[in-house]
Amino acid sequence: MKGVLATDRRGIRELGAEELVGWDEVTQGVILESFEVPMEENVAHIRPEERPYSDFSSYTATVASWRVIKPVYNRDICIDCQNCWVWCPDTSIISRDKQMLGIDYDHCKGCGVCVEVCPTNPKSLLMFSEAEEPEAALAKWPEKKKKEKK
Amino acid sequence: MAEKMELNEVEVWDGNYAAAQALRQAQVDVVAAYPITPSTPIVENYGAFVANGYIDGEFVMVESEHAAMSGCVGAAAAGGRVATATSSQGFMLMIEVLYQASGMRLPIILNVVNRAIASPLNVRGDHGDMYAGRDSGWIQLDAFNAQEAYDLNLCAFKIGEDINVRLPVMVHQDGFLTSHTAQNVYPLSDDEAYAFIGDYKPVDEMLDFTRAVTYGAQTEEDWHYEHKAKQHRALMDSYTVIDRVFAEFKEKTGREYKRLESYLMEDAEVAIVALGSTVETALLAAKQLRESEGLKAGVVAPRVFRPFPFNEIRDALANVKAVAVLDRSCPMGAMGALFNEVSAAMYASPHRPLITNFIYGLGGRDFSLEDAKAIFREQKGHADVGYITTPLQQFSGLRGPKLGFYEMKRSK
Repeated sequence: MKGVLATDRRGIRELGAEELVGWDEVTQGVILESFEVPMEENVAHIRPEERPYSDFSSYTATVASWRVIKPVYNRDICIDCQNCWVWCPDTSIISRDKQMLGIDYDHCKGCGVCVEVCPTNPKSLLMFSEAEEPEAALAKWPEKKKKEKK
Repeated sequence: MAEKMELNEVEVWDGNYAAAQALRQAQVDVVAAYPITPSTPIVENYGAFVANGYIDGEFVMVESEHAAMSGCVGAAAAGGRVATATSSQGFMLMIEVLYQASGMRLPIILNVVNRAIASPLNVRGDHGDMYAGRDSGWIQLDAFNAQEAYDLNLCAFKIGEDINVRLPVMVHQDGFLTSHTAQNVYPLSDDEAYAFIGDYKPVDEMLDFTRAVTYGAQTEEDWHYEHKAKQHRALMDSYTVIDRVFAEFKEKTGREYKRLESYLMEDAEVAIVALGSTVETALLAAKQLRESEGLKAGVVAPRVFRPFPFNEIRDALANVKAVAVLDRSCPMGAMGALFNEVSAAMYASPHRPLITNFIYGLGGRDFSLEDAKAIFREQKGHADVGYITTPLQQFSGLRGPKLGFYEMKRSK
């Protein structure tokens, strides 16, 4: 994620910005290679930002424009339970060594599942308008709800 | 290692068993199938061959034909030699995935035992399913008898898997008439057959973990057209490999196949163009008419329905006066598909014979020797007067008042 992992090529290009070639140059069977070089090592052991993703992998494409609302993450409340990381359908929660780092806004579609599964009080992830600045969103974060006494 | 099977020089096999034996000799890695009449014995026998140790392969039982072809796509993308069989309603349910298989350039072999399409429900042979596959991007080979069902299956693997083709191939045979008629079949030995086909050479296989690839990508208006055009080009160009494989097969077996078969056409004045087991009926009719009535009749039959033998049609019909093109599928609101394609080929030729269309044999309605002779005689009548005296589209073997559509336009 830009700003979080400096070397990352995640979302560096707009989807569809690749060079258009003629019918004689497209790949046979619409086969798209994920990496630019052969991967002798098990890819699962290499961190995503260190993998040589090709320009035809969606990893390097940004689809941020598809989103109208976005989750904002509040580090001060998060307990690093990894629920959001497990449930995110677009692998857009970035976590390292079981510590939540942030959200991949290049691939997040704004579905809100991460907010739904967040167990903290108040929630550590909340949905805001796409135009909302993160600082402004954090400034209006709700207070902890008190348990009602029976 | 799979057990070898000792075969006699001549076996008595029906079309289904002949196809199943070819799948065994090709040592197909995966068959994903949802058996359907009349193609059931092909995949049933593959399963039995696996169970009895004659194939090192996997029979995958699935919940529908859509899933069957999907399983085939997955196994082929993984890097295996893959085949299956279906008919009629099963074929219709497969259609969505047929386009996926060809678009991904996976050389799956599909035995289509041709059967009518409901409604009304019918298990007998006609070419409705074969026609429904004609835009799906598959090579379509047509066997007219059990021997050809065996031979063309062996050729199908070699054609589809060729590095310059890499397209899926259908091998068609007529339901019951070919699939369930036991005939003399001359097989190759297991070693000869496998040597002819060769080892499967995977391309872009998903089980190569050093080179991760995406199958089934989405492309919109900026890429889709180029990919489809490339695929069409590959199918159009596949004839060179088909011709080479047929030549190699002839060298090995003495049995000759051509993309367009022509019988008694050297001096023919009238001709029938047909597909499937009807070709043998028409040929017998032509032989008898030549002897009994001196009628110079011949038969032309696309062995390869896709890629369509456009040029070969023009050459084969270059000297005939009248042609009847037979479609064993109800075109529903148009002229028959084979008629249209033959007519289009002849229109772009210096010689344009009189061409009429017959719909026949739907739902397994018998097409007899006499039916074929009547069509030949009618063509002779057209040839003699120099124009088409009947409706352009007629129905052979149909009960009720005579049904026909369109007349020849002779003046403005």
